[in-house]
Amino acid sequence: MCTVCGCGEGETRIEGEEGHLHPHAHPHDHSHEHTHADGTTHSHPPAGHFQRHQGDLHYGLGPAHAHAPGMSQERMVRIEQDILGKNNALAAGNRKHFAEHGLFAVNLVSSPGSGKTTLLVKTIEMLAGKAKVAVVEGDQQTSNDADRIRATGAPAIQVNTGKGCHLDAHMVGRALENLNLPDDSLLMIENVGNLVCPASFDLGEAHKVVILSVTEGEDKPLKYPDMFHAADLMLLNKVDLLPYLNFDVEKCVDYAHRVNPALTVIQVSATSGAGMEIWLDWLLNGLDLAKAGREKNVEKNVESLKQRIAELEAQLQAAVTPI
Amino acid sequence: MHEMALAEGILQIVEDAAMQQGFKRVTEVRLEIGALSGVEVDALSFCLDMVLKNSIAEGARLELDKLPGTGYCLDCGETVPVNALYEACPKCGSYQVQATGGTEMRVKDLLVE
Repeated sequence: MCTVCGCGEGETRIEGEEGHLHPHAHPHDHSHEHTHADGTTHSHPPAGHFQRHQGDLHYGLGPAHAHAPGMSQERMVRIEQDILGKNNALAAGNRKHFAEHGLFAVNLVSSPGSGKTTLLVKTIEMLAGKAKVAVVEGDQQTSNDADRIRATGAPAIQVNTGKGCHLDAHMVGRALENLNLPDDSLLMIENVGNLVCPASFDLGEAHKVVILSVTEGEDKPLKYPDMFHAADLMLLNKVDLLPYLNFDVEKCVDYAHRVNPALTVIQVSATSGAGMEIWLDWLLNGLDLAKAGREKNVEKNVESLKQRIAELEAQLQAAVTPI
Repeated sequence: MHEMALAEGILQIVEDAAMQQGFKRVTEVRLEIGALSGVEVDALSFCLDMVLKNSIAEGARLELDKLPGTGYCLDCGETVPVNALYEACPKCGSYQVQATGGTEMRVKDLLVE
């Protein structure tokens, strides 16, 4: 199984790429035999692991540089590393890339069947002419969802996680390389349908958006608190069906706020269009902020370059001025 | 949750440290797991047993430091203990509690030879 994402080895696929995306660490219990210049042949574990020096056993190479018979050289090594540190570092890289290019990235998370893809399709259609949109689609198998997105004209990359239960920052980074997004675009990342695992994996997005449909239980925020805690926005979807259901909206929103008091809630229906304008405004506002951030960055870079030129000109002036 | 992925992450951290510091055997792995991290400790322990097989940490003892959950109650303005993300403030009963601690998942230290 994969170290980074937990997927079955070799099962992650990104459209347009062959094979697995990240290297797999594996224990080396085989040895490598080789012959030295002096003709002696011996074997030792592969480089990077622990080698016996020239076939001898060196007890004195331990950290204590000594060996007392029967005494173990056990010592403590301080690590203090986040278990998800590797993913977090890759996510920070994605986040930096998004900031430099004015990309507003949202990570859409929900259980399967909440209407994520239908909502996405509707959102893209309504944003036509107002924003450049691209999509990363995460599913265990098939490119059905990416096909649905591409039918709207928006570029989309399907990431199949194989047995994996979530997208990770590395998969998103690789998908980005294949998307060639223009600056100031909206990037919608549709995560694998799963209300548990994607909560822990930062992809570098600006916000996690959790989608809950009214055909599900109103107590889902209590049952799956981690996801509702990690999200900044909740879209309560399929509200056009409320007249036919016993779904208590107030109770649901109350439960969500118990888990995350700062959670913003928008009620929407991709089918009837209810609430969609509020959702689009939220997206466009985020996109404006991302664009403003990029422009400010560019200004800052231009300023520092100008300053550098002024310094160099002053140096040049000083150098050519006759003494 | 995705305890198998976490276990593989722990092995990678251990192997990276071994490469840098040149130890050849790990006898104990100490983790810090926050009460609000979403990690199922029994599942993680089970997955680690499997993942560490044939590695330098095969058979290593697993020590778990469980860190308590804490939160800041917006209504009473105090830091309070939190057992679960959906719980009310134990002081005032308000649900306006923002988690501030206990979401950690860290490899703290190793005993090595």
